[in-house]
Amino acid sequence: MAATLSTFAYLVAAVLFILALRGLSHPTTSRQGNLFGMVGMGIAIVATLLRPGMGGGGIGLIILALAIGGGAGAYIASRIQMTALPQLVAAFHSLVGLSAVFVAAAAFYAPESFGIGHAGEIHGGSLVEMSLGLAIGAITFSGSVIAFAKLQALMSGAPITFKGQHWLNLGLGILLVVLIIGFVASGSAALFWLIAILAFALGFLLIIPIGGADMPVVVSMLNSYSGWAAAGIGFTLSNLLLIVTGALVGASGAILSYIMCKGMNRSIINVLLGGFGTDAGGAAAGGGATGDRAPVKAGSPEDAAYIMRNAQKIIVVPGYGMAVAQAQQVLREMGDLLKKEGAQVEYAIHPVAGRMPGHMNVLLAEANVPYEDVKELEEINPEFADADVAFVIGANDVTNPAAKTDKSSPIYGMPILDVERAKTVFFIKRGMASGYAGVDNELFFRPNTMMLFGDAKKVTQEIVQALQRD
Amino acid sequence: MNPTDLANQASATAQRALELAQQARAMAETHVAPVAAAADPFLFLLTIFLLACFVGYYVVWNVTPALHSPLMGVTNAISSVIVVGAILATGLGESLAAQVFGFLAAALAAVNIFGGFIVTRRMLAMFQSKKKG
Repeated sequence: MAATLSTFAYLVAAVLFILALRGLSHPTTSRQGNLFGMVGMGIAIVATLLRPGMGGGGIGLIILALAIGGGAGAYIASRIQMTALPQLVAAFHSLVGLSAVFVAAAAFYAPESFGIGHAGEIHGGSLVEMSLGLAIGAITFSGSVIAFAKLQALMSGAPITFKGQHWLNLGLGILLVVLIIGFVASGSAALFWLIAILAFALGFLLIIPIGGADMPVVVSMLNSYSGWAAAGIGFTLSNLLLIVTGALVGASGAILSYIMCKGMNRSIINVLLGGFGTDAGGAAAGGGATGDRAPVKAGSPEDAAYIMRNAQKIIVVPGYGMAVAQAQQVLREMGDLLKKEGAQVEYAIHPVAGRMPGHMNVLLAEANVPYEDVKELEEINPEFADADVAFVIGANDVTNPAAKTDKSSPIYGMPILDVERAKTVFFIKRGMASGYAGVDNELFFRPNTMMLFGDAKKVTQEIVQALQRD
Repeated sequence: MNPTDLANQASATAQRALELAQQARAMAETHVAPVAAAADPFLFLLTIFLLACFVGYYVVWNVTPALHSPLMGVTNAISSVIVVGAILATGLGESLAAQVFGFLAAALAAVNIFGGFIVTRRMLAMFQSKKKG
């Protein structure tokens, strides 16, 4: 295929990718969008395979690589549980990063293939672009590996901080820039690999201080990085499709990071500097120190079932605890039973609920909750005032009124779901441990709050049984 | 709309666009080629990059928050278009090192392409299937 034709095929693919993102503006057009994405990718691959100079042996190798990788990807993606989605996405980001590193290496050793000069005498501009693609790719790789390890609980979700951490990172960052300048000036292979190693280390160090519940930001940010890495490689190879796609993905990840930060009322810098909060998912078990306050009112699932049967309007507030307990299915059963009793049941999603953007929506959709019943924060907040019951399952900080009233609280200014306005508030929790931010929730001690202690799934199951009994 | 119709439509559109491109090319060769050749290629790429950033910005703000997870799945899959570079490195075979790196990069990117699109399809199927429910 002539060069002009393949460039044109890339343009078609780029347009299809834009349409793929466009399709996600509504659930009804989204599947079509995904299809556009697949067609675009197919066009890009075929057009590249038909480029002049592609040898027979090489094509065999490529098909082998695509078959091995594609088979593995298809296998994993069709078996993964939806609760494990955040770690899957983190793992996928790491692969894009590593792939960018390898493509940069390939371009370094065979610059003729990409028309950027000859081995040992690559154009200066291309070396700049190559080293940027390499460094961002390497940071994406090791950062995503750490994010994966934290999400998969292979390592503690607690932030790892030490003295002089930020100065160390800053020093390494400056060293990285110096190495890149040296590399551009000399074109040395040793410097190429030094940049890779240093960037790997930097990616690792940048993510370890960030706590488990800040992972929605981290995953979005690494999503963005993987796009910038692709764009960097696109500049190196002067490939329009890579540049356009990289820019789309980079912008998308950046917007998601921004939305997540806004959902916590924290700046991206504050999140990146890390050290916020304790272990993931409120793993600290047992009754926390609540000493001097009024005792909390603990109820039984039967009490909850009784109150909800008589309720007109129930708003369910799911959090990460629901995902950990895998309670979404039984939660939907409860919703169905209550709807049969004539109640209106809606679900309120906080922007940072879960471990990646939109995670709760996917879990509820998996449990067959109609998406019309699932509301975003701005939409649902005015409705709490006429709700009889707010059913908070596995969430805590996102309902804490201290975010509005207590200027000294670490979560002050974070938008919250106004569950306090509902006539009765249920909290399904394993114990009295405070949330991720390490602050007490005064709602637990209010007279119209009832605590239902236990595993989210078990408690909800008992409520369902109680509702079915009569 | 079923996938076959869609694919037919897409290919018809591509065909038309192709014809247009050939016309444009013919015109470019006769009229504007000298001017285009004079432009700095880096500036040209940078222009495209910045415009694509804007397109991405506006398109992504239109994505409904409920679909933010599928959005990540799709962006993850399409960012693996880096496979294009891997294919060139492997297929052109200018050096053994480049072929090895290209092969590895192609395999990793392929995991993402298939994995990303399939997991997104699974997610989106959940959002579709329950209007009746």
